[in-house]
Amino acid sequence: MTSYDCIVIGGGHNGLVAGTVLAKSGRKVLVLEAAGEIGGAARTEEFFPGFRVSSVAHVLNRLHPEVVKALDLERHGLALEGAGMSSVVLSPSGNPLVLRGAYGESLVGASASEAVAWRALRAQLFRYAGILKPFLARRPPDLAGMSLSETSALAMAGLSLKRLGKEDMRDFLRMLLMNVADVVDEQLEDDRLKGLLAFDAVLGAHLGPRSPTSLLGLYYRLAGEVAGVDGAQMLPKGGMGAIVAAIASSAAKAGVSVRSQAAVNKILVEKGRAIGVVLENAEEIRARTIVSAINPSTTFDLVGARELDTGFVRKVRNIRMLGDAAKLHLALDRPPQFLGVSGEDHRGRLVFAPSADHVERAFNPCKYGEFSPEPVMEITLPSLADPSLAPDGACVLSAVVQYAPYTLKEGWESGKPKFFKAIMAALEAVAPGIGATVRHAELLTPPDIEQRFRMPGGHWHHGELQADQMLVSRPVSDAAGYDTPLENLFLAGAGSHPGGGVSGVPGLNAARRIIAIKG
Amino acid sequence: MAITASKIKSLSLQPRFAAQDHFRMLRLPSPFQPRIDALARTEDWYTWAGYKAPLSLWDEELEYFAIRSQAAVFDISPMVKYHIAGPDAEAFCNRLTLRDVTRLKPGRVHYTAWCDDAGHVLDDGTLFRLSPDRFRLCCQERHLPWLLDSAIGFNVSVEEETEAVAGLALQGPTSFAVLRDAGFKDIEKLKVFDIAEFPHEGGSVTISRTGFTGDLGYELFVPVGLALSLWDRLFEAGRLHGIRAIGYTALNRARIEAGLIVANADFVTAEHAIRTDRLRLPDEIGLGFMVDAEKGYFNGRRAILAARANRSMKHVLVGLEIEGNIPAEHAIVYHRQKKEIGLVSAAIWSPTGKRNIAIASLSRPYGDTVVDDLWVEIYAMRELKYERLMKRAKVVPRPFIKLERRTANPPADF
Amino acid sequence: MRSMVEGAYAIAPLTGERPGRKMKTWDAIVIGGGHNGLVNACYLQRAGLDVLVVEKNAWIGGAATSRELTPGYLYSNCSYVCSLFRPEIMRDLELPRFGLQVISYEGGAVFTRDGDYLANYRDHDAHRREFARFSARDAEAYDRYARDVTRQCRFIQPLLMRTAPDPTSFRPRDIGELMYLGRKFAGLGAEDMAQTLRFWTMSISDFLDEYFETDVIKANFALSGIIGTALGPMSPGTAYVLLHHYMGEVDGSVGAWGYARGGMGAVTRALSDSFRACGGVIRTDAEVDHVLVQGGKAKGVVLSGGEEIYGKLVVSNADVKRTFLKLVEAKELPEIFLRRVKNFKIRGSSGKVNIALDSMPEFPALPKDSPCYRGDLHFTDSMERMERGYDDWKAGRWSADPTLDMMIPTALDPTMTSPGTHFMSCFVQYAPPRIEGRDWTDADRDGFAETVISQIADYSPGFRDRIVHMEVRTPREIEAEVGLTEGNIFQGELTFDQLLFNRPVPGYAQYRSPVGGLYMCGSSTHPGGGVMGAPGRNAASEILRDLKQGAKHMSPAHDVI
Repeated sequence: MTSYDCIVIGGGHNGLVAGTVLAKSGRKVLVLEAAGEIGGAARTEEFFPGFRVSSVAHVLNRLHPEVVKALDLERHGLALEGAGMSSVVLSPSGNPLVLRGAYGESLVGASASEAVAWRALRAQLFRYAGILKPFLARRPPDLAGMSLSETSALAMAGLSLKRLGKEDMRDFLRMLLMNVADVVDEQLEDDRLKGLLAFDAVLGAHLGPRSPTSLLGLYYRLAGEVAGVDGAQMLPKGGMGAIVAAIASSAAKAGVSVRSQAAVNKILVEKGRAIGVVLENAEEIRARTIVSAINPSTTFDLVGARELDTGFVRKVRNIRMLGDAAKLHLALDRPPQFLGVSGEDHRGRLVFAPSADHVERAFNPCKYGEFSPEPVMEITLPSLADPSLAPDGACVLSAVVQYAPYTLKEGWESGKPKFFKAIMAALEAVAPGIGATVRHAELLTPPDIEQRFRMPGGHWHHGELQADQMLVSRPVSDAAGYDTPLENLFLAGAGSHPGGGVSGVPGLNAARRIIAIKG
Repeated sequence: MAITASKIKSLSLQPRFAAQDHFRMLRLPSPFQPRIDALARTEDWYTWAGYKAPLSLWDEELEYFAIRSQAAVFDISPMVKYHIAGPDAEAFCNRLTLRDVTRLKPGRVHYTAWCDDAGHVLDDGTLFRLSPDRFRLCCQERHLPWLLDSAIGFNVSVEEETEAVAGLALQGPTSFAVLRDAGFKDIEKLKVFDIAEFPHEGGSVTISRTGFTGDLGYELFVPVGLALSLWDRLFEAGRLHGIRAIGYTALNRARIEAGLIVANADFVTAEHAIRTDRLRLPDEIGLGFMVDAEKGYFNGRRAILAARANRSMKHVLVGLEIEGNIPAEHAIVYHRQKKEIGLVSAAIWSPTGKRNIAIASLSRPYGDTVVDDLWVEIYAMRELKYERLMKRAKVVPRPFIKLERRTANPPADF
Repeated sequence: MRSMVEGAYAIAPLTGERPGRKMKTWDAIVIGGGHNGLVNACYLQRAGLDVLVVEKNAWIGGAATSRELTPGYLYSNCSYVCSLFRPEIMRDLELPRFGLQVISYEGGAVFTRDGDYLANYRDHDAHRREFARFSARDAEAYDRYARDVTRQCRFIQPLLMRTAPDPTSFRPRDIGELMYLGRKFAGLGAEDMAQTLRFWTMSISDFLDEYFETDVIKANFALSGIIGTALGPMSPGTAYVLLHHYMGEVDGSVGAWGYARGGMGAVTRALSDSFRACGGVIRTDAEVDHVLVQGGKAKGVVLSGGEEIYGKLVVSNADVKRTFLKLVEAKELPEIFLRRVKNFKIRGSSGKVNIALDSMPEFPALPKDSPCYRGDLHFTDSMERMERGYDDWKAGRWSADPTLDMMIPTALDPTMTSPGTHFMSCFVQYAPPRIEGRDWTDADRDGFAETVISQIADYSPGFRDRIVHMEVRTPREIEAEVGLTEGNIFQGELTFDQLLFNRPVPGYAQYRSPVGGLYMCGSSTHPGGGVMGAPGRNAASEILRDLKQGAKHMSPAHDVI
C-alpha cells in the first residue's frame, strides 16, 4: 500500500490546484474525487446525445495569473483566447446594449452622454476593485496577532488607498458597502446598463440590487482577470472542463495521484489531529496533511461533531449557503436569434436583466421560498465558437438563471416545470421562436446541483459571498486562514477566502499556507 | 450535521394559551412552598432563578448550626435541571464536560464543569448518572441552546426539567438517621457520590449522598407531585433528630467553609460575561483538576491545553485565611499593601473552623507562585462609618474544614 | 393637571426679537427649533454666545413636539418615545429643572394571528417564561443574545459623543481619533473583532436566526432593526439599525425606552425653557429663505418675508439636503460637495397615525391587567410579513400589511388627555416618499390611514367607534410640516455609507461645511437620528473649538464601565 504525505479531498479545480502546488513542493499527493470524473463544478458534460456543456460554471473571468504561472498551465494546454468576449444586454424591444472589450471598454447602443458617464464609472469601479484585488489574492489577516508581513500588506493597501487621492478615497470608503442600485442610479441613466451591473453584482448571491453591500459582488467580479486583462471574460474552448484538463495535466506532471469514485466517508482524527481518511468502501488512507477542497460544512461533517467544539459546530451550521441560481441547458435545433443582436454578438455573454428594478423584483419572491416569475439570466451559446460542443447545425444554450431558492415552498417537483415555463417565456420575449427549436432541456435547480455536484445548498460559492461571510469570517472565524481547529486539516475550496468562481486562489493559498507552516 | 432526537417538540396551542397567566406571579412558588411558608417566621425572601426562595426562615445565625449539628433541609428545587438520555448520552456528556464520564458509573454523581470553545467556564454543576444511558445535569444557569447544539451528531435527547422535578438537600450529622427512620431501606449503603432510587408513595425518590455543605448529607429528587409527601415523611422521621428547614444564608456559610464556589458569585459564567476580561478558564477558578486531557475530545480542550502550554492563565482562585475575625467580603487583595492583585468573592468567620476565611480571585503570579505578603483591605460598615482594616492574608488549601463524617462508611448514626 | 399643561402652552412666549427694531448681529443663528437645534443653541448660549433660534412653524420642537390638535388631547405627533436622548445633555442643560421627566414603559407585545400574543416583560424570569410558551430553546437563548447585543452597544456608545475622524486626513486630531477607534476595536480580541465585523454587515433576520427558532420571537426583535429605515429585516446592515435603537437608556437602564411626561414636546419645551433661561431668544413663524453668504462666509439668514438677520455664524438644524440644496446657493458650494449632497440618501420609509380615543381600546387577546398596555404593541408576527411590507415600499406603495409600532402613552401619562380618554400613537412602516413615482394625494393618505386602522381593528373590536380624532402623516405631511426631506425621520438613511465619517457626506462629517461659519447640527450628521441630541451637542463642541472657547459646561460622555 502506497503512503502519501498529503491527501486532497475533492477533485474540483481548487483541489487539483492545491494538490499540484503541494506536489511541486516535494510532497506525495493523492487527490480523492467522489464522482466518476474530476472537475467538480467546472466540468464539461454531455447533457443530451451530441450536446456538451459546461455543467455549472460557464464563463471564465477570474482564473488567477499566479495559478496559471504556478501550474504552468499554458504549457498544459490552457488557451486563453477569446478573452475579449462582449456582454450583451438583451432587450425585448430589439434594442440590445453591447459592452465590448473587457467589461465594456466601449458601449454600442447607448447615448453619447451615457457612454461618457459609463467611462467614468467603469474607471472608478476598476480603481476601487483594484484596491480590493490584493486582498482577494492573499490569505485573510489574522486578527489575533498580525504577522509583520500581514501588517505590511495591510499598510500597502492603505497606501494604495492614499494614492487614490483624497476625494477618490472618500468615495471609495463611502461606496464600499453600498448597494449597487443606488450606485448606478447616482451615475447612470440607461436601464439596460444599470440592469447588467445590478445583475452581475448579485449573480450567485442571495441579494437584490437594493440590498446594502451588493456592490461588493461587482467588485469581486471586476477584480478578476483573464490573460492579464482586468474584467475580461471568455468561454473556454471545450467548455470549463478544458480548464480542468489543463490543471489535471499539470497535476499529473507534478506527480499527483488522482483517484475518482473515491468518496470520503470520514476524516480520521486522533488526539485533535487529522491523520487520514476513510473511503466509502471502508478503505483507510493515512497522511500527515489532509486538505479538504470540498464544502466546509461537509468537511466538518466528515470530521464529526465529537472532535469539534460546540461553538464551532454552531458557527459552521450558521454559514448561509442556500443557492438561488439555477442552471439551464438547452439542446437547440439551430442557433437562436436574439432580437436586435448581431450574428457575431451571439457569441458574447447575453444577459437578460432589463433594469435594476427588474432584478430586484426577481429577487423578492426568493426570500419567501418562491421562484422568480420573471427571472433574470446570463446566457451563453458556447457551440457557436466551439462547434465540437453540438452536432452540426445544432446549438447549445447554457444559462445561469436567478432566482430559484433552494427551498421552494411548493417543492421543486411541482415547481420545476413552472419555473421552466417562466424561463422559456422570458427567453421567448428576447428570442422569439426559440421554444420551438428546443430538442432537449435540462434545468438544474439548487437541489439538483447539490445532489449532482455534492455542493450543499447547491451554492456555487460554497457559502454566501456577502460581507459578513468574507475575509476573516470565511467560512467561519476559527477557520478563515485555510487552517482549521484540527491540526493537519486544511481547507482549500471556494468556501474559503476569497470565494468561488474558477480562480484557483483558495487552492493556491491553502497550499502556500501549508508549505509556510510545515515547510 | 443532522439533529438527532434532540429537537424540542413544538407545543400544541392549548398549553401555550394556558401559560399566559404567568405574568401575574413573577416569582414561582417552590413545590414545597406550603411547607416553607408555614415555617417562614422571618419572611426573608430572595429570588433564585425565578423562584421565591428563603434567605432565612427563623434565624439566619442559628440555621447554620442546624447544618453542623442536626439535620438541615434546604429546598433546591430552583436548581436548573436537564435530563439527558439516549444511546449516545455518555459520549455526549463526555464531549460536553471536563471530566471523564466513561468513569462515572451508573448510580454515581460527580461534580463537573463545562466550557465554551475558548475554554471559558460556562457553568459548574453535578452530573448524575441515573442509568447507563440517562443523566441528570444540575446547575445554576440555563444552557438549553448550548446543550442542544452540543447534541448535534449525537443520538441523545436533552430536556429541561427544572419545574417538573422537586429537590431537597438534607444535610448534617443526623441526616442519615433521618432517612433511615423515614424508612429508606439500605440507605446506609450509599457511599458519598452514590445515587439510588427508593420507593415513595407509589412512585420513587432519587437519593444521592451529595451536598453543598461539606457535611454528611443527601439530596433527594422527586416528581413535583410527590414533593409535599416527601417533605412530610422527612419531617415526621426527623422530629427526634432535630430536623430544621433553613434558608440560603446558612447554606452559604457552610459552602464557604467547604470551599465550594458558586457560579456568578465567585466567577462569571461565560455566556453572561459582557466584559471579556471576566471570562475564566477552569484552571483560573480552581477547577483545573477536572480537566481530563487523556479522555477524548471535549469542549474547550484545545484552548485549555494551549493556555496551559503557553502559560497564559491570568487568574487563580484561592482560599485565604485572614487575620482577625472581620469577614472580608468583596475586599480588595493587595500585595505588600500596595499592588492591587485581586478580589475576595466570598468570606465569613467560620464558626466550625474558628478561622476568618475567604475565597478570592487573584491575578497570577499572585496566589500561584507568589503567596507571601498578601493583604486584604476590609471596609467594615459600623454605624454608618467604614472601619478600614488592612489585614494580612495567607493562601490556605480548600476546603477550609474537613469533616470525616461526610465520607464515613457506614454513616454515623446519631 | 391637564389645564396646567395647556396653560403652559398657551402662555409660553415663543417670540423674541421683533422686526423693525435696529438689527443686531447675533453671535450665532440656529436655523430650526428641533431638539438638536435647541441642544446646540443651549450649549452655545451657555458658553456666553448671544444665540437666536429661528423656527418656521408657530411652535418649536421640530419632530419632538406635543400638540393639541383636537381639544383635550395632546399628541406626540412625530417622535413618540424616548431613550436615545443623552443623559449628559439632560444634566448639562438642567432639563429636569425645566420639567423633563421620562417614564420607562412596562412591556410590550406582538399579537399573533392565532389569537395569542408574545409579550416582553421587564422582569427577566417572566420574560423567559413568556418565551418558553413558544419555545423552550428560545427562552434560554435570550441571555446570550442580550449579552452579544450589549457588547456591541458598549462598543458603540462612547462613539456617540465624539466627532468622527476623517480617515483621509493627516491632522493629528484625526489620526488620534482613528487610533482611538483602532485601539478600541483591537481591544475586543480576535473573536469579538470577527463577530463585530459580522454584526455590522448582517441583516437583522440572519442575526436573529443565529439565536432563535421561533418566527414571532424573531419578528419581535427585528422591529428595532427596521424602524425609520428604508430597509427590510432581510437587508444587510439592519443589525446595526437594531443597535441604534438599543444604545439608549432610561436612567442607566441601557436599551430601555420610555415616555416623556407630557409627550415628546416636553423634551423640546424643557430645552427651549433652558435656552431662554440663559438669555437665548427664539423666533417662531420665522422661515429661513436662504443663508446670507458673502465672500464664502455665512453672515446671517434671510427670512421668507425678506427680513435679514445677521449672525457671526449660522448653524443649520435642517437636514443636509434642505440646508445645501435650498438654503445655500449652489455657486457657494464646491461641485464635489454638491454632488455628494445630492447623492445623500434620505428616502422616507414611515408614516404616523395619531389617534384620539374616547376610551381605552380593548384587545381581547391580551389579559385586561397585562402590563403590555403600558408599552408598545405590534401586529406583525412573522419575518415574512415584515419583509413583504418592505417589498411594497420598494415598489413605491405603502405596505398593504404594515408593521406598526403602536402605543398608548396616556396609559402611563395622564397629563396628555382628560381622564378616561387616550392618545394612541401609531408609527407605520413602510410608507414611501412618493407613490409609484408621483406625489402623495389626499386619497392616498386616506387609504394609508384605512390600512392602519383596519389592521388595529382586526385585533380590537369596536376600535373605530372609539376614535374622536385622527391625524395622518405620510412622508408628504412630515416633509411639509417638519421640513424633513422626503419625510425621513432620521434626516438621512442609516446605512454604512452614511454613518460615522461618511455622515452626512465624506469630508464634511465634522459639523462644518464648505461655507465658512456655516455649521450643521441636525440628525443628518453623526451619530444620526432619533431624539438623541448628540449631533447638536457635538456640533456645539466643534463650534466652540473653532471659536477657541472653553467647553467646561459640556460633560464628557458618561463612562461605559
